[in-house]
Amino acid sequence: MSMADHRPRSIPDQLTTPLARALKSWESLLLVVAIGIFILNSFASPYFLNAWSLSDATFNFTEKAMIAFAMALLIVAGEIDLSVASIIALASTAMGVALQLGAGTPVLVLVGLGTGLLCGAFNGVLVTRFGLPSIVVTIGTMSLFRGISYIILGDGAFRGYPADFAWFGQGYVFWVISVEFVIFALLAVVYGVVLHKTNFGRAVYAVGNNATAALFSGIRVGRVKMILFLLTGLMSGLAAICLTSRLGSTRPSIGTGMELEVVTMVVLGGVNILGGSGSIPGVVIAAFVMGLVTFGLGLLNVPGIVMSIFIGLLLIGVIALPRLWAKLRRA
Amino acid sequence: MSFLKSREAILTGAIVALLALVATRYGAFIRPANLAAVFNDTSPLIILALGQMVVILTRCIDLSVAANLALTGMVCAMLNVAMPGLPIGVILVVALALGAALGAINGLLVWKLDIPPIVVTLGTMTIFRGVIFLLSDGQWVNSHEMSASFTGFARHVILGLPVLSWIAILVALVMLVVMTRTPMGRALYAVGGNPHAAVYTGINVGRSQFIAFVISGMLAGLCGYLWIARYAVAYVDIAGGFELDVVAACVIGGISIAGGIGTVGGAILGALFLGIIKNALPVVDISPFWQLAISGAAIIIAVLFNARADRTKGRVILKSAEVTQ
Amino acid sequence: MKDGAHWGAIPRAVPFFRPAGGGIMQAMTNSPASGETPVLALDQIVKEFPGVRALDGVQLALYPGEVTALIGENGAGKSTIVKILTGIYQPDGGDIRLDGAPVRFPTAQAAADAGVTAIHQETVLFDELSVAENIFLGHAPKGKFGLIDTARMKREARAILDGIGASMDVDVRLRDLGIASKHLVAISRALSIEARVVIMDEPTAALSQKEIEELYELVDQLKAQGKAILFISHKFDEIFRIADRYTVFRDGQFVAAGKMAEIDEAQLVQMMVGRAVDQIFPKRAARIGDEVLKVVGYSHPTEFEDINFSLKRGEILGFYGLVGAGRSEFMQSLIGITKPSKGVARVAGDIRVIRSPADAIDAGIVYVPEDRGKQGAITTMPIFQNVTLPSLGKTSKNGFIRLAEEFALAREYTQRLDLRAASLDTPVGSLSGGNQQKVVIAKWLATQPKVIILDEPTKGIDIGSKAAVHDFMSELAGQGLSVIMVSSEIPEILGMSDRVIVMREGRMVAELAGDDLTPETLVRHAAGIGSKGEAA
Repeated sequence: MSMADHRPRSIPDQLTTPLARALKSWESLLLVVAIGIFILNSFASPYFLNAWSLSDATFNFTEKAMIAFAMALLIVAGEIDLSVASIIALASTAMGVALQLGAGTPVLVLVGLGTGLLCGAFNGVLVTRFGLPSIVVTIGTMSLFRGISYIILGDGAFRGYPADFAWFGQGYVFWVISVEFVIFALLAVVYGVVLHKTNFGRAVYAVGNNATAALFSGIRVGRVKMILFLLTGLMSGLAAICLTSRLGSTRPSIGTGMELEVVTMVVLGGVNILGGSGSIPGVVIAAFVMGLVTFGLGLLNVPGIVMSIFIGLLLIGVIALPRLWAKLRRA
Repeated sequence: MSFLKSREAILTGAIVALLALVATRYGAFIRPANLAAVFNDTSPLIILALGQMVVILTRCIDLSVAANLALTGMVCAMLNVAMPGLPIGVILVVALALGAALGAINGLLVWKLDIPPIVVTLGTMTIFRGVIFLLSDGQWVNSHEMSASFTGFARHVILGLPVLSWIAILVALVMLVVMTRTPMGRALYAVGGNPHAAVYTGINVGRSQFIAFVISGMLAGLCGYLWIARYAVAYVDIAGGFELDVVAACVIGGISIAGGIGTVGGAILGALFLGIIKNALPVVDISPFWQLAISGAAIIIAVLFNARADRTKGRVILKSAEVTQ
Repeated sequence: MKDGAHWGAIPRAVPFFRPAGGGIMQAMTNSPASGETPVLALDQIVKEFPGVRALDGVQLALYPGEVTALIGENGAGKSTIVKILTGIYQPDGGDIRLDGAPVRFPTAQAAADAGVTAIHQETVLFDELSVAENIFLGHAPKGKFGLIDTARMKREARAILDGIGASMDVDVRLRDLGIASKHLVAISRALSIEARVVIMDEPTAALSQKEIEELYELVDQLKAQGKAILFISHKFDEIFRIADRYTVFRDGQFVAAGKMAEIDEAQLVQMMVGRAVDQIFPKRAARIGDEVLKVVGYSHPTEFEDINFSLKRGEILGFYGLVGAGRSEFMQSLIGITKPSKGVARVAGDIRVIRSPADAIDAGIVYVPEDRGKQGAITTMPIFQNVTLPSLGKTSKNGFIRLAEEFALAREYTQRLDLRAASLDTPVGSLSGGNQQKVVIAKWLATQPKVIILDEPTKGIDIGSKAAVHDFMSELAGQGLSVIMVSSEIPEILGMSDRVIVMREGRMVAELAGDDLTPETLVRHAAGIGSKGEAA
C-alpha cells in the first residue's frame, strides 16, 4: 500500500458539466414529451393553436401546480400530504362562512390562506411532534377537513362571492395571460430558487436522503418538515382561493380527488416518491404535460373520468417503467 | 387477565359505552332486531376491514378496495343483466376471482417492481373507477334490470339474519383460522413485524405482501357483488371514499400502520364501532354529514393512541435501571 | 512517549500465532482432537466487501458435544463468519464441510435444514407473535387440513422450555417478555429445529449475572445432547467457564485454535490484540494545554450514569469498553441527540446547554458517529454537499448557496485528509469505507470545532486508510484540537490516547494513563474481571 505518498492531490469539482447533465436528465425527456403532445394536440383539433385556447388550457393545471410545488418539497423531504384537496374544501368553506358574515375580498383571501396554514400546522404538529407517519395522519385529516366542510354545508353551497373576488380565478393580467398563470409562474420561480439555491433547499434534500445523518449534521429536521407542511397548507389555501373564485361557489365536494393529480404531477416531474431527489423545473414541465393532455383529450370529447384512467396509469407507469427497464437489463 | 388490558377489551368497552349513550337518547336502538340491522349494515365494512388488515400487517396499504368493489360489482350486475339465468354460485366465483385478480395487479407491482403501495393503490383506485365508466358507458344498472335471485341472495334471511350478515361471520371465521392457524397467517405477521428477521427465517417478504393484496382484493370483489345486490343498483361512484372508512376501521381496531400488529377481532370491533356511529347519528338527531369528520377524527385519535401504546423500551445498559423498570 | 512503550511486553508477530502459510494451522486444528472429527469445518474461507477483505482465508472447526469460543476484536470477522454459517452471506472462496462432505448454504433456509442455527445478539424474533409461535415459526406441527396443530405446538414448546428449565407461558406475546426470556425463546427455537450446530453470538451481552448462570447450565445441557456450539463472547471469564476450545481471529485472519485447557487468559489477550506488523502509530509530541471541555455528572435514566471528565487542548482522550458499555450513548447525549437526565457540560469554562446537534456545533463540539452509512454520511448525496452540510452558513449569503465557495471549502478539507475520489460531485456511497470516513471527518473539521469526538473511527476500513486517519488525528491534536476517541480496538486505544477512560455497563470504571495503561488493565476493567472483587 502506497501510504507513504502523502502529497495532497487535487480532486476535480465536477466531471460532467451542468449542461451535459441537464441534457441527460428526466426533465429534458419530459420536455420532449411535452413538445410531442403539443404537436399532437395541434393536429388533433383546429381550435388548439389559438392564444385563448392555450390560455384556457393552463387552467387545467395552474391550481394543482401551486400545490404541487410545495408537495414536491415535502415529498423530497420524505413526507407526503394526502389532505390537500380536503384543505381546499375546508378553506373554501371557511371563505364561504366569512362571506356570509359580510367579509370583503381582502378578508376572504386572508381567511383562505389562514385556513390552509392552520390545516398545514395541524398535519405538521401530528407528524413532527408526535412522530406519526404522514400517510396515515393525512389520510385521517383528508376525511376530517372535508368532513368539517360537510358538517357546515351539508348538501348546500355558498354562492354570491363579490365581483372583485372573481379576479383571482377569472381575471387576466395582460391580454390572454391569466392571474392564475402569473401566480403559477411566480411560484415556480420562488420554489425553484428555494429548493435549488438556498440552504433551506439543501436541508430539504439532506432530510429526504437520510434524516438521521441530517440530524447528526446539525439540521433541525423537525423544523424543516414543519415548515414544509405549513407551506403545503398555505398553497392549498391559495389554490382554494383561485378555485373558489373560478367556480364562483363553494360545495363540500370541491376539488375531490385533486390530491391524486397533485401527487401524480410531482412524481411525473421526476420527484422520487421515497424522497431525496427531484426538481422544480421537472414539476413545471409535468404540469404542462398534464394540462396539455387533459386539454387535448377534452378537445377530443373524452369524458373526465376516462382521463383519470390516464392519470392513474401515468402515476404508476412513470415509476414502474424505469424499474422494469432496469430489471430487464439486469436479466 | 391480559384480555382486560388488550385493545379488544378497550374497544369492546368503548362500543358498550357508545351503545349505552345512544340508548339514553333512543332506547329502541339497542333492541336485538335493530342491532342485527346495524350488524348487517356494517357487514361490508367488516369484510373489507379484514382484507385491509392483512395488507396493513405486511406494512402496505390498499386504497383501491372501494374502487375494486365498485368495478367487480358493476361486472356482476352487467353479467346478471346479460345472462339472468346464471346461478348465484357462478356470480360469487366471478366476484371472488375478479377481485383477486385486481388485487394481484396491486400485489405484483409492489412485489416485483418494489413500487410503494400507496402510489400503486392510489393509481389503481382511479384506473378501476375509470374502467367502470368505460364498461358501463356511464349508465346505471337499476334494480328492475337485475334478476330477483341476484338481488334477493344477500337479503335472504336464514335463522333471523340476512345472508350478507352470515357471509361476514363466515369470512371472519375463515380469517381467524387463516391468521392464527396457518403457516401463511403467521408469515404475514412475521413479515410486517420484523421483515429483516423474516428473511432469516426463510420467508419471502415480497411474496407475502402479494398474497395480502390478493386476499384484500378477493374480499373487496366479494363485497362488490353483495353491495350491488343489497342496494340493487350499480354505477360508477358506488362506495366512493369508502376506502377511508376501511382504513379508519383498521386503525381504530388497533392495527398498526407500521405493520405486524393487529388481530381479526380488532378489525371487526373497529368496523363495528364506525358502523354503530353511522347508524346512531340519525336516531340521535345528528346530521349524517358528521360521519366523514368523525371517521377522520377517529383515525387520528386511534393513531395517536397506537403510537403511545407502541412506544418501545430502548436498550437498557444500566443494570440498576433494569431492576427498577 | 506513546510509541510502542507498552508494546514491549507483548510479543509481536510471534510465529506461533501468525504462521506464514496454512500448514501449521492445518496441523493445529486437526491434531488435538484424538480421533475426533468436527461436525462442521470451514477452511480457507474468504469474504470480500468493496474496499475491505473481511475474511482472509480463515478456518474454523466445531466438534460434537463441545463449545468452541470464537475470540477476536471488533472487525476481526466474527459476525461475517456467523452470516456465512447461517446462509446470509456467500463466501468468495474456501469450503464448508458437514460431516466431512462439502456443503453450501445458499439461503437461510438451507443452513437451517442442515441443522445450523444461530442465536443472535439482537434477537431475531417477532414481538407480536406468542412464545410458541416464535419457537415454531416456519416449521410448526400440522394437523388436519394442513392447519397448524396449535395444541401440539404449545405442548411441544412447553416441553422444550421445560427442558431448559424455563417456566414461561407459551401463549404470552414476546413483547411482554424481558430480554433474558427472549433469549430463552431464541434458544428454544434453536432446539426445536433439531440443530446440530448452535451459534451463540454474544448471548450474555444483555443478561444479568443470575440469567447468565442459567444460560451456562443450558449450554451444558446442549453439550450433553451432543450439539456442537460456537460461542462468541468478549468476556474472558465466561469463555473460561464454558468453552472447551478456542479459535482466535484478528483483522479477518485466522490466528490460532486449540483447547482451553492448554492456554491462559494472558495468552488469549495477546493473541487477540497482537498488533498487525504493518500498523504503526504516529509518534507525536503531546503539547497539552488548558481545559477545553469539562463534563460533570452526566447521567441518563437507562443508559449511563455519572460521567465526569475534563479534556484539555491538544489532548487525545480514549474511551474504551465492550460493545454496549454506553460509550456511544453518552457521546450522543453530549451532542444533543438524546436528553441527559442531569449533568453539565462546560466548554472553555462556559456552561453550554446542548439540546440538539446544531447547539453542539455552535458550542464547538462535533461527533463523527460509528455508523457511517446511517448517521455519518448522506451516501446518496455528493461529496461536496456532505462536507458543507453543517457549514452552510459559511458558504452562503443571506441563506443563498454560493456554489464556488462550497466547492472551495470542500476542496480545502478533503485535500487535507488526502481523500481519493473521481470528483467532488460523486456520491459518497460510491467511495470505499476509508474514503467515506475521510469525507465525514472533513465535514466536521470544516466547522472548525474545539472538540471532535470520533466514535470507532477506523471500524471496517482498510489498513491504509486506518493509518491515514491515525496520522490525521495526531496532526489535529498537534494543532490544538481536543480529540475524544471511542474505540474497542486495544492497539488503537493504546497507540493513540494520552489518557483512557474505561466504561462498563454505563459507568466509568477506570481512568488510566502512563504505566497503568496496558492491554491487560484495559481488558480487565472493561470485562470486570475481579481484580477489585467487584464483578458485575
